[in-house]
Amino acid sequence: MATKQTRALARTMMAPAVVVLFIWMIVPLVMTLWFSFQNYSLINPMMTGFAGWANYVYVIGDPSFTQSLINTLLLVGGVLLITVIGGTFLALLLDQPIWGQGILRIIVISPFFVMPPVAALIWKNGFMHPGYGMLGHLWKFFGLQPVDWFNQYPLFSVIVIVAWQWLPFATLILLTALQSLSEEQREAAEMDGANAVNRFRYIILPHMARAITIVILIQTIFLLGIFAEIRVTTGGGPGYASTNIAFLVFRTGILSNDIGAGSAGGVVAVIIANIVAVFLMRAVGKNLDA
Amino acid sequence: MARRVSTSTKIGFTVLAWVIALLLFSPILWTLVTAFKTEAEAIASPPTFLPETFTLDNFSAVQARSDYFKHAFNSVIVSVGSTLLGLIIAIPAAWSMAFAPSKRTKDILMWMLSTKMMPAVGVLIPIYLIFRDLRLLDTLHGLTLIMTLINLPIIIWMLYTYFKEIPVDILEAARMDGAELWNEITHVLVPMAVPGIASTLLLNVILAWNEAFWTITLTSGRAGTLTAFISSFSSPQGLFLAKLSAASLLAIAPILLLGWFSQKQLVRGLTFGAVK
Repeated sequence: MATKQTRALARTMMAPAVVVLFIWMIVPLVMTLWFSFQNYSLINPMMTGFAGWANYVYVIGDPSFTQSLINTLLLVGGVLLITVIGGTFLALLLDQPIWGQGILRIIVISPFFVMPPVAALIWKNGFMHPGYGMLGHLWKFFGLQPVDWFNQYPLFSVIVIVAWQWLPFATLILLTALQSLSEEQREAAEMDGANAVNRFRYIILPHMARAITIVILIQTIFLLGIFAEIRVTTGGGPGYASTNIAFLVFRTGILSNDIGAGSAGGVVAVIIANIVAVFLMRAVGKNLDA
Repeated sequence: MARRVSTSTKIGFTVLAWVIALLLFSPILWTLVTAFKTEAEAIASPPTFLPETFTLDNFSAVQARSDYFKHAFNSVIVSVGSTLLGLIIAIPAAWSMAFAPSKRTKDILMWMLSTKMMPAVGVLIPIYLIFRDLRLLDTLHGLTLIMTLINLPIIIWMLYTYFKEIPVDILEAARMDGAELWNEITHVLVPMAVPGIASTLLLNVILAWNEAFWTITLTSGRAGTLTAFISSFSSPQGLFLAKLSAASLLAIAPILLLGWFSQKQLVRGLTFGAVK
């Protein structure tokens, strides 16, 4: 009974991965859930016991929560908008017959390999600093007052930095998809007299649809958890102007030592991510079979 | 690439592409040149492009202030260690899913991917407390363990997509010849899967190297990786743009080079094989 034996062995070989991931997923999640209903503050150890919904009321009822939720959506949406449109444009450009295509690919993909805190610090000090940043110099050159980006437009500044990091990823994936489009198909369309706009609309865009889905899916997973870029630039401020849900939980749980309220925020973050995930998994599921 | 276009069109596209590419690259380029300037020149207005006084002092200052080499060593240990540990767990799992699939294989794969979607902040507090109680905070083995867990789903997925393309007939031929299952894996599967394993390894080293949530929240001094090293430069701004640039350059250079060499393989890995 070779097949039966094989199947048993297959199950044994899969077991470590499944068990490890199961523990990793369930144990902390149950603990977060438990803490979220407890009075548990590292600053005030005398206050203990069951808290009911108090932590949730405290976290969700606070104006900072609504703002963080809106910031999270703006951050994810803004970055997706810039990277998908910009990435499509760049991919189309790099797909043209141009000189130095190989080197260009390497240059364009580079920001993706820059670790988030470095990306944030380069932009914060080298570019967006009103005194000696590159943009400050540029503004002065044109006789304008340099902008204090992180104080005046904190969330927008974070969006710019994150979009810079993810634009190469979108470009690379979309370019790869574009290059698999058959030459015959394009030439046939050209022969039939389709102009550039129609060729893009009816041939190229449908062909790239799947790659665009993948880009949105993978970026969303990472963008929901943006943390380091906020930590090293604005620290979530001024006020809560650039705090997203991830940073709010960190602020409440770790910086303010309120384990109960931080956990309640964590549970909310998980629920939001799950709502997004349900939509995304359907898209991947479809793409898996093909 | 057989499309025929006029030379002037080609020049136009080439110029446009290079301008945009260099604009995107400019933050990295600017960091590179600033790292070799003196502090005074780094913040001079109007700025100089190439350093007028070329200096390496910033690099030695960074090493003296925050011990770059210790952090770089920690980054190597954590990223390579977690990737190898991940591969040990993932190779058998991916093998069995690719060659002995059951009805539930796809569900299990989807579930594994879904663990990747769980936001880290949702489990930050329990992990922080568990680490505190087990004395794992600020240790390399603790961080390596976490890094293995967060990248495990990606490792399994990547290997699965590569393994699936290995023709099953070859494995069956080996089995007919009386090869033991273990031999089947080491002598038949592994050599055929080496390219896939190699690019999985590369991508995960890069992802672990750049991971900046757990490395910042779970380490302080001893086990700090380069992401923690660079974050320590975030508070006092102003006087040290040149040193900051030198530190940034040191932190990203190894992985930038690695990324340039492996960019073609990354596409498959990052899309779970859905775009080729």
